Amino acid sequence: MNAGPMNAETAGTAWVPGTVPAADENSAPFWDATRERRFTVQSCTDCGAVQHPPKALCTSCGSMEHLTQVDASGAGVVDTFTVVHRAPRPELSVPYTVARVRLDEGPVVLTRLEPAEPGERGWQIGDAVTLDWVDLKDGRSLPYHRSAATH
Amino acid sequence: MSAAVSSAAQRVAIVGAAECDLGVTDKSILTLQSQAVTRALADAGLTLAEVDGIATNNISRFSATQLADYLGVVPTWTDSTFSGGSAFEMYLARATQAIQARQASVVVISFASNQRSARSRKLGGVHEPWIPEAQFEEPYDMLYPLSYYAMAAQRYLHRYGGTREQLAEVAIAAREWALLNPKAFRYGKGSLSVSDVVDSTMISSPLTAGDCCLVTDGGGAVVVTSMERARDLAKKPVEVLGYGERTTNTSFTAVADLSVPGARGAVQDAYARAGITAADVDVVEVYDSFTITAALSLEALGFCAEGEALSYIQDGRIRPGGELPFNTNGGGLSYCHPGQYGILLMVEAVRQLRGEGGARQVKDAEIAVAHGTGGILSTHATVVLGVDR
Repeated sequence: MNAGPMNAETAGTAWVPGTVPAADENSAPFWDATRERRFTVQSCTDCGAVQHPPKALCTSCGSMEHLTQVDASGAGVVDTFTVVHRAPRPELSVPYTVARVRLDEGPVVLTRLEPAEPGERGWQIGDAVTLDWVDLKDGRSLPYHRSAATH
Repeated sequence: MSAAVSSAAQRVAIVGAAECDLGVTDKSILTLQSQAVTRALADAGLTLAEVDGIATNNISRFSATQLADYLGVVPTWTDSTFSGGSAFEMYLARATQAIQARQASVVVISFASNQRSARSRKLGGVHEPWIPEAQFEEPYDMLYPLSYYAMAAQRYLHRYGGTREQLAEVAIAAREWALLNPKAFRYGKGSLSVSDVVDSTMISSPLTAGDCCLVTDGGGAVVVTSMERARDLAKKPVEVLGYGERTTNTSFTAVADLSVPGARGAVQDAYARAGITAADVDVVEVYDSFTITAALSLEALGFCAEGEALSYIQDGRIRPGGELPFNTNGGGLSYCHPGQYGILLMVEAVRQLRGEGGARQVKDAEIAVAHGTGGILSTHATVVLGVDR
């Protein structure tokens, strides 16, 4: 096991993400908004469905003509999580926590929870979380989540 | 629904089954494939010249084509559907249909991997850069596939109040079966205790190394033909009675509730085609990639109600001599796990239905179920097999 130090809990720069691939034509509006640390989800102006990640079509009504990125809080609750103790790339410090968060806006996102193991209680399913950001070298930012109780 | 499979003239059977070398082989994938195919054909009493259908993957981009070329066969039918560990149960369904449609007469379904010798298995970083998961999931460094099963386990234990100690019984029982199988990677390695499982190295909570399947070389093949032809061959035919499948997700976020896998629909379709219920099943082989996978599959297969798998498996119920013969070769946890384990589920089911199980033989086994799971609870495929009656 990699016995690296717990990541510093300095706001927003908790860890160094790996390479995030360039946006494509569907995800560009999402990633552009992250340059201003704005979290958005894709909404269909025809049927009203909300989805994430962004796609070329609305999976509720099939429209390819009515999709737009709309601002979202990014807040939600922990659906489930796992504390990872063996890293898939050498630059990572372990342990760290990966979670599914059900956003208030509806979609489920994969995210990281910081700090990795808060206090003796640890993370619990159902915990309320809010959005935070870590900056990428290319000017985009990557969203992740922190406890709503301590943020 | 059952008419397509069971109408007398259209019955299809597995007539050969074999493993290639297992464990640490230091052999190439195509050598191991050649072993699997030739051994399964020899088991059936058939020759390579009689093969006109090939289903396989994991060789190259053109897997079935590659194997056909390598074997010197020009097939009238091939399939390289890639759906992870459930692919082989899907191949059996499609092979059955191809034989019924007379597009093929002798189909070989095979798989081989040298992942342990080649050290080719990675903890994560498996996504092509152009799919959404590469942008929206992989940056969070989840282990693939392990972290998904871990999150399913976390959700399941939370929802139903089970414990990691209860879940460990899946691995403990698998080891007991492996101790009866000389080909098992853990043969002769002794029994497991609850502590051996829950106190082993934590990888992605709540799953420890003890909850995870092996990483080995290995593979196998089955030979499929019409029942009419099967009755003239070397071994007792094993009939394909039913099949079903579901494909639910590639992403970590598409499925609403991780404790409700797509396996349920696959099983319902397979049972309906076969005209059976769980009560009719004598032996069960499921893909135990992780302890939680086996628990979820037990519920989907109808042996217990939702949320009851962990209490159901206590008291030795799935160990040798227990009420439900389950993963009788020792499973991916203690026998062999070459990556896409689904082929070996069918090899073991065939052996049990033929009475070739040796020390682990289930008495009077007449109906077996093999249930494969691929990816991150992504694909689910069930086959029901039975003795010729």
